[in-house]
Amino acid sequence: MKADNKTIKVEYFAHLRERRGLARETVVTAAVSAAGLFDELAARHEFRMERARVRVAVNDAVVPWETPLGDGDRVVFLTPFGGG
Amino acid sequence: MEGRQLFTLSPITIDTAVLAASLASASAGALVSFEGRVRNSNEGKEVLALEYEAYEALALSEGTRVLEEALERFPLLAARCVHRIGRLEVGEVAVWVGVIAAHRDAAFAACRYVIDEVKARVPIWKKEHYAAGEAGWIGERVDR
Repeated sequence: MKADNKTIKVEYFAHLRERRGLARETVVTAAVSAAGLFDELAARHEFRMERARVRVAVNDAVVPWETPLGDGDRVVFLTPFGGG
Repeated sequence: MEGRQLFTLSPITIDTAVLAASLASASAGALVSFEGRVRNSNEGKEVLALEYEAYEALALSEGTRVLEEALERFPLLAARCVHRIGRLEVGEVAVWVGVIAAHRDAAFAACRYVIDEVKARVPIWKKEHYAAGEAGWIGERVDR
């Protein structure tokens, strides 16, 4: 494992959970930002959802896509909501 | 005080009468509530049932923030919101908002504020199951 790799816990909901085929996984990545991680996973698992329509939560708070990821962070990608 | 939290998620039928009764104050001249219900069609498709899925930690914090904002912005005495999760049949209550205030203007405005903000900001997803057999997440329009 390269020194700049980090371990991220990713949790999936709704559309992305079904695309990915599981609810959570631990990912080792060299991605610097949340955006980089999304792009990496979207390509690997064919999310079929453009990042422009998705937001991201890190450690249970919505943050900008440019947010740097730290080792052990918990990440959730937020596709368009459908409550109410 | 589980039953008194501003915003909660419920895996079981929402008891609207109990919720309305919980908003009690001798100073309240108005109770306004909103019930979102599962309807039998969407965009021309016959809907049989819905499934709601929540990102619970963020849904609870963001939902609570919405209610706190309503209590700051409007002269309310109390406010609550409950959103269902899990599978719902047509006619069931998916979300309930209730507010009490001295006067009706604030109560109507605050109730509207809460339901609009909850829909926009709380991470809850809805899957519709159609009579034709297929199912789809609302907003899941596929990009490629």
